[in-house]
Amino acid sequence: MGKTGSAGNHGGRIRSDCFVQIEIKNSGGVVLDLQSRVDALYGKSIRKLVLIMMGNFGIPNAEILIRDSGALEFVLAARIEAAVKKLGKSYIVSDLPGDPAEFPVSDRGRFRFTRLYLPGNSPGMMLNAGVHKPDGIILDLEDSVALAVKDDARILVRNALRIVDFYGAERMVRINQLPGGLADLDVIIPQKPDLILIPKVEDPEEIKAVDEKILEISPDSTVFLMPILESAMGIERAFEIASASPNNVAMAIGLEDYSADMGVQRTEAGAESLYARSRMVNACKASGIQAIDSVYSDVDNETGLRATVKKSKAMGFEGMGCIHPRQIPVIQEEFTPTSDEIERAKAIVLAFEEAEQRGQAVVSLGSKMIDPPVVKRAQRTIDLAIQMHVVSENWRTKNE
Amino acid sequence: MNNPDYIKNAAGRMVPVMVNGKPQVEFKGVNKYRPDGNKYAPPIPSSNNYPSDGDKRVPSLKEALKKSGLKNGMCISTHHHFRNGDLLANQIFDVAHELGVKDLVWFPSASFPCHEYLIKYLEDGTIHHIEGSMNGPLGRFTSEGKMKGLGVLRSHGGRYQAVQDGDIHIDIAVIGAGSADPFGNANGLSGPSASGLLGFAFADSQYADRVIVATDNMVDFPCIPWQIHGNYVDFTVEMDRIGDPEQIISGTTRITRSPDRLFLAELTARFCEEAGIIKDGFSFQSGAGGTSLAVGEYFRKIMREKQIKARFARGGSNTYLVSMLEEGLVEFILDGQTFDLEGVRSMRENPSHVWTSPFTSYNHHSKGNFAGMVDVVILGATEIDLDFNANVVTHSDGYLLHGVGGWQNCLFSKTVILPVPLFRDRIPVIREKVTTLCGPGEMIDVVVTERGIAINPLRKDLLDKVKGSGLPLTSIEELWKEAEKICGKPESLEHGDKPVAVVKWVDGTLLDTVWEVK
Repeated sequence: MGKTGSAGNHGGRIRSDCFVQIEIKNSGGVVLDLQSRVDALYGKSIRKLVLIMMGNFGIPNAEILIRDSGALEFVLAARIEAAVKKLGKSYIVSDLPGDPAEFPVSDRGRFRFTRLYLPGNSPGMMLNAGVHKPDGIILDLEDSVALAVKDDARILVRNALRIVDFYGAERMVRINQLPGGLADLDVIIPQKPDLILIPKVEDPEEIKAVDEKILEISPDSTVFLMPILESAMGIERAFEIASASPNNVAMAIGLEDYSADMGVQRTEAGAESLYARSRMVNACKASGIQAIDSVYSDVDNETGLRATVKKSKAMGFEGMGCIHPRQIPVIQEEFTPTSDEIERAKAIVLAFEEAEQRGQAVVSLGSKMIDPPVVKRAQRTIDLAIQMHVVSENWRTKNE
Repeated sequence: MNNPDYIKNAAGRMVPVMVNGKPQVEFKGVNKYRPDGNKYAPPIPSSNNYPSDGDKRVPSLKEALKKSGLKNGMCISTHHHFRNGDLLANQIFDVAHELGVKDLVWFPSASFPCHEYLIKYLEDGTIHHIEGSMNGPLGRFTSEGKMKGLGVLRSHGGRYQAVQDGDIHIDIAVIGAGSADPFGNANGLSGPSASGLLGFAFADSQYADRVIVATDNMVDFPCIPWQIHGNYVDFTVEMDRIGDPEQIISGTTRITRSPDRLFLAELTARFCEEAGIIKDGFSFQSGAGGTSLAVGEYFRKIMREKQIKARFARGGSNTYLVSMLEEGLVEFILDGQTFDLEGVRSMRENPSHVWTSPFTSYNHHSKGNFAGMVDVVILGATEIDLDFNANVVTHSDGYLLHGVGGWQNCLFSKTVILPVPLFRDRIPVIREKVTTLCGPGEMIDVVVTERGIAINPLRKDLLDKVKGSGLPLTSIEELWKEAEKICGKPESLEHGDKPVAVVKWVDGTLLDTVWEVK
């Protein structure tokens, strides 16, 4: 038997994925055994894809087996490539599908209330992720990907970044913990992701290492960074980490790992992480970046999620991770300014503008003095409300 | 194709001029065909031939079939009230096989996976062909050209029409009933095989030459209410088991947990809200699929918030609809098919939970029916094309998938909405042309996908109502392009030259042909 490599998944509840096995032969050309749910619609194009890829990889003779449950072409290509990679043969990638330059670039100050985690080796969940309108999607190469399939996920995520339309969600990738995660960047950075999440950071040098690596791979592009603090040490060095790079735009806390590191149970009330969360928020504000709270892991408990978001918002967090699309509207709603907040903000901004016109330096509303930071916060509330379509851009003239 | 055996119908589809030896009328367009002549009538029976004490019991199903004169070439009808828990149809053909009877026509109101058992009788010639629905393994068998005759697919209303008009002659109807008395009065309201109503058997009881009622719950006369009148019944049979209660409860009647489908359902409900459809006194019908059920739940939310009451809800009943009735959000359920035990209980106990039949709800050849009175109906589809035509009977690879059900009949509702994903595991749902035409596009008003809502340009009124609502409006062409962009351009499907089934329109005309899969 010749050398064999395989990748992907098939059977059971697997959808939108495929299993590929390649066995190198000495002769006989490329022989394909294809079983596909979509043979009638895409059989010819799948066969053509296999032949082109084998040509590119320089594999003239092989027996290839594909069990396909409706994988899109970028998934098929990723699985075929991952199977080839397992043959231990070096190869050059060419003719990648799609073009990441087609997607809009993100900006530093955008809101990051909701970021949907997508396991990097599960293509089915990626396809409709953008439909649920999270502020960002996180293609995860770290905890949701088993060690044995890290390569497979890296290839799949690379292809997904080139072709899947996430409908304006910020395109984020969570790399593996450093130093291993640096290798992820080689594959990911050329696909112009908007942001890299760096997990389990304990040392500002890690941020610098990522920055340098990105600069080396792609000197011209800006890629934002979001460190995740998941340990006692990480929390202790929160400010140093938050201010380690001008590319940091936000910092998140991972409470599952943090609780484990502390040797305590994670609770609904969260007393065990109050210090860590407070300290992290403070470090973020001090560095001028967004503070992002941990995920809420009980997907079915909407009430619990809502209560948690309220607490987060009150503590100064500006977003939360989502592990299920159903969490997105709840978190979004809770971070949306309430009508009371909006009305107060409008009154403050109007009073300020009026005072400014009259050349007054001191502004007051009712019995309260209004300082510039109060105005700034009010303006931010209104900007937020406009962006979330709860207030019109012409709110000054429109009576709402 | 220039073949004298086929004719191009008003929808541009080639349909055979003869089906199983009977001449056909091709589809003429929606509301274009007007039949003449009289309805079909069964032979006049006489009470002289029936026991005067009303006891029509015979000891076994076999005896009943023999006494009914079972012989070669007959048409035997059954019904799908027991859904996948039906134990009756298979036994009927066991008897036929045992008696050496051949070339029967099976005329079920729908078939289920449990009927895969009948493939052996299709193979050995006991059954010649099926007129009803061909699902799963039966669909595969039919699609591969293995059935001797042509399958005929009809809607629930079309089935009533075909029986009433004499398009099909039922020799023997076997009606499985949750409860019955020796005279033949029957209902589906109690007993171990309670299924709610028996509406699908109504036509058969009226028009078949011979009618057998089989039950596993024989009660003393009178069995009330008599959903089936004993006066139509020839023989009654008491059997150990006629249905498997666990399978009678449909597996699909649980609200979906899929975030994508919930998204679709919520968007559909929002559309109805913005279009002003959800208002006091409105009516709706929503299928039993997971997405449709979820639409109902979002309706509930909107109705609660705005304190809106629906006059009636049509369609399959289930726990969710019953709770809306009991909560006072819906005044009446006009039930055509009961999907779970809560539905059965409610129908038994609540006079506002009314049983209907394809006659009252759907029959096109009658003096009107209920379908057109419904304000909004939410349906599914396997494919929808650029002209809003839709397919529900075949997969995109040409294989028969399921029957028409009440789907075609529901298209007569005031607003027809199809919430569908843009693609299912790389199979685009929005196509350039549907593989099989089941519903003419002019009757389909709105297609809701997770990537946008397309309103049929014929419904300018709906377009005007939702303009500026913030709903993600797009066109069917844009959806089609998006589907092909994501999935790739599908290769054109080459089918065989041999027809395997035909799809009838609600008026009995031929809408399309299902071809052998190559």
